[in-house]
Amino acid sequence: MKVSLFVTCLADQMYPEVAESVVRLLHRYGCEVDLPELQTCCGQPAFNSGYQDEARAVARNLIRAFEHSDYVVSPSGSCAGMVHHYYPDLFRDEPEWKAKAEALVAKTYEFSQFLVRVLGVKDVGASFPYKVTYHPSCHASRLLGVREEPLELLRNVRDVEFVDLPKKEDCCGFGGTFAVKMADMSEAMVCEKAAHVCETGAEVLVGGDMGCLMNIGGRLNKEGKPVRVLHLAQLLEEGVKLR
Amino acid sequence: MSSSDTELIGTGLRKRTEKALNDPFLRAAVAYTTDKLRSGRLAAMEEFGDWEQWRSRAREIRAHTIAHLDYYLGQFADNVEKAGGIVHFCSTGAEAVDVFLKIARSKGAKLVAKGKSMVSEEMHLNHHLEQEGIRAIETDLGEYILQLARETPSHLIIPAIHKNKRQIADLFEEESGQPMPPETKALAGYARQKLREIFLEADIGLTGCNFGIAETGAITLVSNEGNGRMVTTLPKTHVVVMGMERLVPTYDDVEVMLNMLARSATGQKLTTYTSFITGPKRRGDLDGAEELHVIILDNGRSAQLGDPVFQEVLHCIRCAACLNVCPVYRHVGGYTYGSVYSGPIGAVLTPLLQQDMKEAGQLAYASSLCGACYEACPVKIPLHDMLVQLRARKVKLGLTPWTERAAFKIYATGFGNVKLYSWGAKLAHYAMKPMARGGQIRKAPGIFGGWTQSRFLPMKPKRSFRERWAELQRELQAEREKQLGGEDR
Repeated sequence: MKVSLFVTCLADQMYPEVAESVVRLLHRYGCEVDLPELQTCCGQPAFNSGYQDEARAVARNLIRAFEHSDYVVSPSGSCAGMVHHYYPDLFRDEPEWKAKAEALVAKTYEFSQFLVRVLGVKDVGASFPYKVTYHPSCHASRLLGVREEPLELLRNVRDVEFVDLPKKEDCCGFGGTFAVKMADMSEAMVCEKAAHVCETGAEVLVGGDMGCLMNIGGRLNKEGKPVRVLHLAQLLEEGVKLR
Repeated sequence: MSSSDTELIGTGLRKRTEKALNDPFLRAAVAYTTDKLRSGRLAAMEEFGDWEQWRSRAREIRAHTIAHLDYYLGQFADNVEKAGGIVHFCSTGAEAVDVFLKIARSKGAKLVAKGKSMVSEEMHLNHHLEQEGIRAIETDLGEYILQLARETPSHLIIPAIHKNKRQIADLFEEESGQPMPPETKALAGYARQKLREIFLEADIGLTGCNFGIAETGAITLVSNEGNGRMVTTLPKTHVVVMGMERLVPTYDDVEVMLNMLARSATGQKLTTYTSFITGPKRRGDLDGAEELHVIILDNGRSAQLGDPVFQEVLHCIRCAACLNVCPVYRHVGGYTYGSVYSGPIGAVLTPLLQQDMKEAGQLAYASSLCGACYEACPVKIPLHDMLVQLRARKVKLGLTPWTERAAFKIYATGFGNVKLYSWGAKLAHYAMKPMARGGQIRKAPGIFGGWTQSRFLPMKPKRSFRERWAELQRELQAEREKQLGGEDR
């Protein structure tokens, strides 16, 4: 199966190890992964700030990048959610681009969604002997509807001690430019989230979106809390090696 | 913030945020109550069953009503008059105040007993009545407390959500001159006794309206304290002030809406009291007002009709479920929004009703766009999408700072072209390098200062994933060949 990696600007530039884990796992299940060179960002920072023309310019570039792909897989629920939830509407006045946007929507998946729904993999055969808690990101769950898939994969990891995160459905306060523009509100939210993570006594916080994890991890680091922050793909890949 | 020093929205947003965040009592009280309301709502949804279907049905009812609002307004007004009521259509809050004052003067009214009405807050009625020398007393316990504190509601259904029992006891002590224990029973008992006198003495009873039923001209009011019943039946004149969108076509529809409203608001199956009032007291009726006026207020609402993006905001049934789940509201409370309507619905409604994108439009940024409000909304208003559209409107009107406009121009050029993107990324690495210690940036300049005020920023690694890509491919290829070789042997 041919799969194109929609690496996202954040994973590409800040968290290459996350993208690598995604590729290694897909490779394990026989996927032939390519990295379309043209891609940069999904346009979400501009779109969410109200700059729709600017978002369209960047979105067109992404659509072109994956025009010839069969499947597009992303380590981010937020960026995949941007494509699914907003791209068709963003091009509502341009029928040709709208059709192209819809074609991209039809083949775009978030990583855990692709693993569970398309490849039918629920158990990667990992072992991870640590205490773990999970933060479901808002865009993956609410915009994209990916709720069960990451949990299904986590449930099948051996030796893991899974602890529920209190108020897990509350936003961590990232929200892209929100964290910068409304820094005070964002701070109040991330502090509460970090406190909940610590309350669980977990050694590892896992999630499916590097935006949220950068935010919560950045707070935990500032507080000097010894919690490892991992993307789900990293945890699974490390768990496969540990087995 | 008292009603007398209401600040301009937007300019004060930052200040109000800071004030709220530095108020641990407020934050604890808001978090405590919203937590309770949230879990109550979830339990009620569960017990009700088929929530998503009910939600779709409720949305359909609202969408249909708003799409044909002119028809239903006509039908409702006709039926109110057939039942003996008097209808006043008002296009602005000031007009509605005038109508009310005229009614009050013609009755020689000295005292108005008020049931809960957000619309009367919207038109600052109490303030105008005070100027005319007419006493208006709030009879909803929460609102009564706020009136003593000279404050305005900070939540749609729990107006005094930001007050704890001690603060309430202090207010009652001050009013009564007697010591007051900070216990619910004692506090409610005191208010009950005080308010009974008001119900009996009032010349006019003023209420809002949860739903108007077009097919009969009936007005529905829900309450848990029973003050709604008192206000509508004891004074000789009853005046209803309602937003023009507050209609449903039939009794069947109102049944659906009341089920959704109570569950979404407080997690109750139904509120303790639900009143249906059709016209004034008829011959043979034992109670009821002798005269019934219905003031139907536009005040910016009709501007949303026909708007492809924002019409749905008129679907709102004021249940406050969006406030209770909003992580921003949770931390800053209602006053931060600087409007009668707070939380996500307030952030959308306020700039639209006031037709003010500049100041009130700032509220559109008071959201991380997490979508919890949409998920909780019983009539599926896409508030998270509307917030983004409001931001887009602000951009289109040229109301965003030039620095931001320039930054997004650079973003569009840079991220619209992979060569510029890769080049820019390299540049960013070298720009970040001097700031980093141990792989983390602890204090960043400029716009990123807001980020590092509460978090570390990880240092960007030297090599991006795309730079590692060729090597990774070779590694994976080698692994695969090794595996295949192993299988061959």
